[in-house]
Amino acid sequence: MNDTVQVTGVSKSYGELRAVTDITCNFGAGETVALVGHNGAGKTTLIKLMLGLIRPTSGTIRVLGEDPSAGQFEARRSLGYLPENVAFNMALTGREILAFYARLKRVPLTTTDVLLERVGLDTAANRRVGTYSKGMRQRLGLAQALLGRPRVLLLDEPTTGLDPALRRSFYDIVDELRTDGATVLLSSHALTELEGRADRVVIVDNGVKIADGTIEDLRRIARLPTRIRVKVIEAPDLVDTWARAGGWRRINGRLMEVEAGPEEKIALLRSAASPDAPVADLDVIPPSLDELYAHFLSASREISE
Amino acid sequence: MRNLMIVARKEIQEGLRNRWVLATTLLLAALALTLTFLGSAPTGNVDVPSLEVVTVSLSSLTIFLVPLIALLISHDAIVGEMERGTMLLLLSYPIGRWQVIGGKFIGHVAILAFATLLGYGAAAAALFATTAGIDDASWIAFASMVLSSVLLGSVFIALGYLVSALVQERGTAGGIAVGIWLLFVLLYDMALLGLLVVDQGRIVGGGALNALLLANPTDVYRLLNLTSGDVSALSGMGSAVQQAALPAGALIAALIAWTAVPLTGAAVVFARREL
Repeated sequence: MNDTVQVTGVSKSYGELRAVTDITCNFGAGETVALVGHNGAGKTTLIKLMLGLIRPTSGTIRVLGEDPSAGQFEARRSLGYLPENVAFNMALTGREILAFYARLKRVPLTTTDVLLERVGLDTAANRRVGTYSKGMRQRLGLAQALLGRPRVLLLDEPTTGLDPALRRSFYDIVDELRTDGATVLLSSHALTELEGRADRVVIVDNGVKIADGTIEDLRRIARLPTRIRVKVIEAPDLVDTWARAGGWRRINGRLMEVEAGPEEKIALLRSAASPDAPVADLDVIPPSLDELYAHFLSASREISE
Repeated sequence: MRNLMIVARKEIQEGLRNRWVLATTLLLAALALTLTFLGSAPTGNVDVPSLEVVTVSLSSLTIFLVPLIALLISHDAIVGEMERGTMLLLLSYPIGRWQVIGGKFIGHVAILAFATLLGYGAAAAALFATTAGIDDASWIAFASMVLSSVLLGSVFIALGYLVSALVQERGTAGGIAVGIWLLFVLLYDMALLGLLVVDQGRIVGGGALNALLLANPTDVYRLLNLTSGDVSALSGMGSAVQQAALPAGALIAALIAWTAVPLTGAAVVFARREL
């Protein structure tokens, strides 16, 4: 497998505080990974380690084949980074700032105009960054991360401060990069937003990796029940029988709900969909990503206690 | 090398944009012109003075003002960018930390050099236009005063970086910068003078005095500019010259060392720092 980022047994302590403990994970080309955890769970520390801004206490990191903290910069030219709270010098204009970063990455200055247009800053390009709103600064941050067709993108809470329309266009850009074969790491504390965006989810809590896999994998591991909701045809006595049989809960009038584990799900659906079942309508609600996230968090905390 | 120039260019761009360059140049020019045309009053006449007098007045101005300006520009350079969060992004780019410091240094020295050359140059031009028959030796003394002023500025820029790399907060850096200015510009010389008066030449001999003078960059600058030729008679440094006989080359080397050591120190400290 063509791994662009390899993190092997990495720990990082600040004195007594263990920010990251023994994390191992590899990310491949063309993969979009969501790094999820509470604030202070170690997401930003992990990203800084991948950037080589801090050195691991133990373990090794390879980004595009290089040790990021060794002081070689070949790999950094193909690396894009958007910090959590992106900041720029207020006195310069958006275009000047982007040109400065383009020079450092040895990217032709002609590409900066294209990028500014892509993030919707072309009209504000000649204004001082001091006059920009939070969302505009975030977009300028995204533009600099996209300089020079990056192979690895590390985006720390990228959508904070973006309105829904911009958020969508942001994810469009991420999709393009994925198609282009770039590794995109998105950190977030809200998993729901990443549904359908990320190929893979890595959950960290207290500096420890507690889950790693596709959303489907995680669902399978968590074995969270799927909610099946049916609307029955007018037949109150039947409803009572079901309710007594167990599992089914009456929500209101003719609406019934059951929480089905992975094994019983199909059997339940078959019986509900059989020709003689008095069912008018049927909804299957899989566990939401937030429920999934909460499940893994509480599971890991039970173990540690 | 290219990275150094890219960073230096950005520093100059910022300096121009936030009016640092303009303010410093105007301040130095205004004070230099004032001293040029009014500075001869203490010598008893109100005519346009000789270039020697101007050189002496401007070097005294430099000793107070240039270290202050240099520390103001530099004390914020590293800790300020860290606090604002711009350093985090910059260091994720293909650039070494020593290149960040080196580039900033080139940019800041360029700003200071521009302000000094233009500010003091204005005084020289005014004098040139109004006075005839200034000899070459005086012009050379003036030119070397201007160049060594830039060198003195670079000493304090490097010291400012060292402070900026060491501390955790901008406020601390500002406080220490003021302390450094007070120490080197005011307190050190007072203490040295006190020591010499008390000592009466019993313990502190010529060699020890040389060492004590070299330990303060503003004294090195003073020795360099106020002890040569006609100027020394005007500056009241004559008695010090007799005791402290240091060649100009050694003094310039001392100023360069005073720049290189703190700058290297700042780069070493910054390289080890974690963000």
